[in-house]
Order: sequence, then C-alpha cells, then structure tokens
Amino acid sequence: MATVTFDHVYKRYSADVVAVNDLNLEIADGEFLVLVGPSGCGKTTALRCVAGLETISDGKLYIGDRVVNDVAPKDRDIAMVFQSYALYPHMSVYDNLAFGLKLRKTPKADIERRVKEAAGILGLERFLDRKPKALSGGQRQRVALGRAIVREPSVFLMDEPLSNLDAKLRVQTRAEIARLHQRLGTTTVYVTHDQVEAMTMGDRIAVMKDGLLHQVGTPQELYDHPTNVFVAGFIGSPAMNFATVKATEGEDLMLGSAKLNLSGAAAKAAADRPKGADLLIGFRPEHLDIADGQADTVSIPARVDVVEYLGNEELIHAQAEGTEIVALIPSDRRVKPGDQVNLGVPLEKLHMFDPESEQSLVA
Amino acid sequence: MTAPGPVVTQDYAASELEAQPRPQGVAQGNAFTRFIGRTPVHIAIIALCLIWLIPTVALLVSSFRESQAVAGSGWWTALTPPFEFTLSNYDRVLDTNNLGQSFVNSLFVSIPATIIPILVAAFAAYAFAWMEFPGRGLLFMLIVGLLVIPLQSALIPVLQLFVSVRIGDQTLNGTFLAIWLAHTGFGLPFAIYLLRNFFGALPREMFESAYIDGASPVTAFFRLALPTSVPALAALAIFQFMWVWNDLLIALVYLGGQQSIAPLTVTIANLVGSLGQNQQLLTAAAFISMALPLIVFFTLQRYFVRGILGGSVKG
Ligand SMILES: Nc1ncnc2c1ncn2[C@@H]1O[C@H](COP(=O)(O)OP(=O)(O)O)[C@@H](O)[C@H]1O
Ligand SMILES: [Mg+2]
Repeated sequence: MATVTFDHVYKRYSADVVAVNDLNLEIADGEFLVLVGPSGCGKTTALRCVAGLETISDGKLYIGDRVVNDVAPKDRDIAMVFQSYALYPHMSVYDNLAFGLKLRKTPKADIERRVKEAAGILGLERFLDRKPKALSGGQRQRVALGRAIVREPSVFLMDEPLSNLDAKLRVQTRAEIARLHQRLGTTTVYVTHDQVEAMTMGDRIAVMKDGLLHQVGTPQELYDHPTNVFVAGFIGSPAMNFATVKATEGEDLMLGSAKLNLSGAAAKAAADRPKGADLLIGFRPEHLDIADGQADTVSIPARVDVVEYLGNEELIHAQAEGTEIVALIPSDRRVKPGDQVNLGVPLEKLHMFDPESEQSLVA
Repeated sequence: MTAPGPVVTQDYAASELEAQPRPQGVAQGNAFTRFIGRTPVHIAIIALCLIWLIPTVALLVSSFRESQAVAGSGWWTALTPPFEFTLSNYDRVLDTNNLGQSFVNSLFVSIPATIIPILVAAFAAYAFAWMEFPGRGLLFMLIVGLLVIPLQSALIPVLQLFVSVRIGDQTLNGTFLAIWLAHTGFGLPFAIYLLRNFFGALPREMFESAYIDGASPVTAFFRLALPTSVPALAALAIFQFMWVWNDLLIALVYLGGQQSIAPLTVTIANLVGSLGQNQQLLTAAAFISMALPLIVFFTLQRYFVRGILGGSVKG
C-alpha cells in the first residue's frame, strides 16, 4: 500500500506539446482516484509517468515516501492494466498471470496459489489453459486485471480498461472493479474519459483538460460545487445548461428581457457586478421543474420545442430568450411542444461564473 | 485478499460462452455458393501450378532414364509402357562425381550461414525497433541503403580482407568460416530490415507490460519478441537457406574450386564438360540439389505465408 504524489509534475513532448502541465495531486493510501477528462488531455501520459514508462520533464513524483523519478518501472511496485490489455499472445492465461511472478523468482507453490486465487476472484479458473486469442473481450479484460492483482502491488494503474467492452459488459465490469477495490483496498489510479465511470467508481475525481488539472474532489463535490465552467459542463449527464445574463443595479439578473429574481448567496454575487456586466449562470437539467411560485426559486420563462419521453421522466428541450435549455422533469407535468412554461431552479442549485475567467462565483 | 468466492457471478461467465451462436445451415449455404463462385479462380490456380510443375516433373523423369533415351525421345514418352527406368545416373553422380560429399559440404555451408545472420539480425532488429539510442534512425537508413548495393561490388574488397586475415599458416580465404561470414554480411541488411518491421509491428504495450512485470530488455527479447515472431523468423530462415544453398558465386570466390570442400552448386557446375558431354548426369544431380530446398519449403511453408503477410495484414 502506498500514496502517490505529483509534485509540480510536467511532461513536455516538445516545446509546444505539454501533455502534463504542473500537476499537483496527492492520492491517499487505499484511495480509488479517477483521472478524467476529454481525449488528449494528458490522462494517459500522467498515468504512464507514474508507471515509469515516460520520464517526467520536471517536478517530483512520489510513490509512498520515495521519489521515483529515476526508478525503473519494475522497481516501482505498481501494476498497470492497459487500454488494449497487452496480454502476451503466445502464453496461456495461467502463464500470462504467472509471468511477472516468475520473473521475480517467486517460489513455484506461491505462484500457483496466487494465480489460482486471482483466477478465482475473476472467474477465470476454466480458462487457465487457453491462449488470449481464444477468449472473449470481457475475459481478456479480466486476464489483464488478473495479471495486475497476482502481483499484489502497492498501486494499480488502469488506463481506460473498459473502453473496449460493449455497453452491457462495461457496466458489469465497472461494478466488478469497484468490488475488487473494496476487497483488496489497493491504491488505484483509474483513467477514463467517461464522466459516468468517473462518478460511479471514484472515491475522488481529478478533472483534467489540456494538460491542466481543473478540480479534484469527491463525486458529490464536483457535482455540487464545480469550480469552473469546464468542470460544471463535463460532470453530470445530461450536461449543465448555461446562459449568459446581464447584471442589474440590484440583486436581479436579466436573461434577455426576462427578469430573474435572486436572493441569498447568488444575489450577493449578482449585486457585486456593475449594471450591464455579463454573467454566466449554470443550472442542471435535473434541478429544473415547472415553477409554481415556490420561494427561493429562480423562474425562467421558456418555450418548449421537443419533449423526449423517458418513462417516469421527460427530457424537455426549450428556448429561453434565445438560449437552449434542457430540463429533466417528471412525466406527470404533461408538457407539450409549443407550450410556454416557467422553468424553476432552486436558488441553491444555481451556479454563477465569471464569463472571462470562467471561474465559479459561488462555489 | 480476504473473503473467498468469485467477484464475477458464474452465470455471467457462462453467458459469455453462449454469446456466439453459429447458424449452421446458413453458413453451409454460403460456403457452397462461395465455392461455386470461386471455381474460375481455382481453375486458374491449378493451371498455374501445372505450368510451374511441368519442368520439375520432366527433370525428375529424365533423371531416371538412360542417356541415349534422353537424347532420342521426349521425357513424356517414358510415361507410357514399357517403363524403362534406371538408377544409373544417380549411381554415377553419387559415386564417381563425389556428389555425396558435396551435399554434406552444402549443408555445412548453408546451416551456419542461415543461423548466424538470423541470430545477429534478430538482436539488431530488436534494438532498432524497441531500444532508444542516438543515431538509431540514421543507422537503420544506412542498413536499408545497403540493400541496393550489388553484392558483386563487394566481392573484391571482402576477398582482400579474407586474404589478409591469417589463421595459423592459412588465410581466412578458402575456409568455411569465410563463406559463413560472407553470407552473414550479405544477408544481414535484408534480415534486419524484415525483422525490424516485424518486431516494430508488435504492440508496444506488450513490452511495456513486461517491463512493469519485471522483464529486462533481454528477457523481453527472448520471452516475447522471439516467440511472437516465429513466422517471420521461419520465413527469413527459408529465404536465407534457399539463397545460400543455391549460391554459386560466393562459394566459387571465397571457397575456391577444391573438390573436398566444394558445395553442390560448384560440383554440379563442374559436372558438365565444356562441350556439353555428360548432360544426362545433370538431371540426377540437379534433382538431388533441389530435393532439400523442397523439403524445407514444404515443412515450413505455412510459416512462410504467414511471415510474408505478418505485420501488414491483421490476424
Ligand atoms: N509520444 C508522444 N509524442 C508526442 N506527443 C504525445 C505523445 N504521446 C502523447 N502525446 C500528446 O500528449 C497529449 C496527451 O496525450 P494522452 O496522455 O495520450 O491523452 P489522453 O488524455 O487521451 O490519454 C496529446 O496531445 C498527445 O497528442
Ligand atoms: Mg488515453
């Protein structure tokens, strides 16, 4: 077991390709940390730095108390699950699992016991004699996991291990990995571009974009208090609505010609803005409902374009003063396309951002 | 690891096995129409095979006929009764013309001259494909460049080199070692080129995974690169073996004409007199020299095909 610490870590491939830019992150012992971000944001690179497959350009990387900048991958006491599984194609499942142990001169009986144990955990007993080519995608994926767990390393590194599975298998395996982590309690750094995976699996989530770390926190912190526009839009599905509004002299905001009445913290943030200044407000589709004059609710007048029926809920696409708004509301509201409605969002669910810096004004 | 029992439920694992049902009837129907559709292709292939085989069959038949018969009538006449076949040609070339000894010599030249370059090339190719070192690209370009240099232009410099190297009271020239080295040198550029491309097409992550598992580059070479490249190695071995076995030029230049160490090609070339006498012996000798390459080719041919496609075609 060990912690992993990024201390001002940089990875530059060339002068203008900075894949990891001043990364500072402490991953606690036993924690399941998910590194999430859009494709090309440097997640894989950051993970490969921990594995020692990339040398870092600047900064310090710790595993436990040890600076591992110059430690070879095999001496870092880590195991990695690759996106492509990277199984050894000419070896049986058993030998794939045992390879790392054999190289480390583990006693034969020990190897056998650990391989059998890992195979038991992952339901691979029946496939131990098979070559990877004779396995399905899900089974290969589990062999890759098994190869990591037999080593009993102090850190697991996983690079989008579910991305090659179909949707159903992905959901199953997601739960499997979560259970595995509960059972083994090994520090895990898990990379994905899928925010749903991140939200469901992570103890904490680190959101990256363009090599920069934008926010770290528990799933709930990221959902409730995104610190900037990118995190707000990236976390949550369907994505958060954004609208540009203008400050007034008082505590109210103008969305086009519609007046939004605020109170509390949001009102304070709005009042700090000079009259006429732009503000970006954000609100999640699932926090919207048809307003009927409740207190502490901002009401946004909108015209319904499309209604997508989902069973107990409906996804409403509406126009509010030229801004597209998506709302997830209970089906019994019986909204029809063409209806003029007031969509209400509770004040404590309203996010406000500076349009220039894109930083949150209320988080 | 604490509580026993699989995290994966059994029915989930089982459902995956059943996930690929095979529609038997449909598959067979398709196979049949496909077979019909391919008939013209099959006919063309069979015709090509026949055209390729006829000279070989003619050679084989002629080698079992008397010299007068060969001179007097076409080889196909021997295929109708009375069958008048004889082993006398084989008798003569093997006994009086020392072909047996030459066969052994040829083996003694070809086997090391196949193994040494492939071994050296595999190390080099692995380094070119997977190890970072300064000048790697340039060095590899240089080696690829060597592919287009005609062997003949190197004959004299190499000969001078061999003559200048003395082992005891003999020069290197005219020894088996010389011809092994020559074939190694001439064979390396192509071998390195082919293997580098094959190694380079192996997934990088497989090696990285091995490094994390505790492998050194040397372990990765022997335990991963070599075993997963068997098709390429076999293909290369066939190429090199055939080339060396059939080579006359290098054998003549570096081994000399000495009967005791002459390989098959040299002996066969000497069989025929300058006026074309004894040409019936050539048929038997030629067939003897063909036999081994054919055996090698047919035993390794499935690797041969895979090796040539390997790296370019997936699967
Ligand atoms: N070997 C490399 N050489 C140059 N640039 C690279 C290399 N590997 C990755 N990059 C660049 O670094 C950035 C981050 O890549 P990566 O870490 O793979 O992103 P992802 O978040 O999708 O895993 C990308 O812009 C990518 O093009
Ligand atoms: Mg990636």
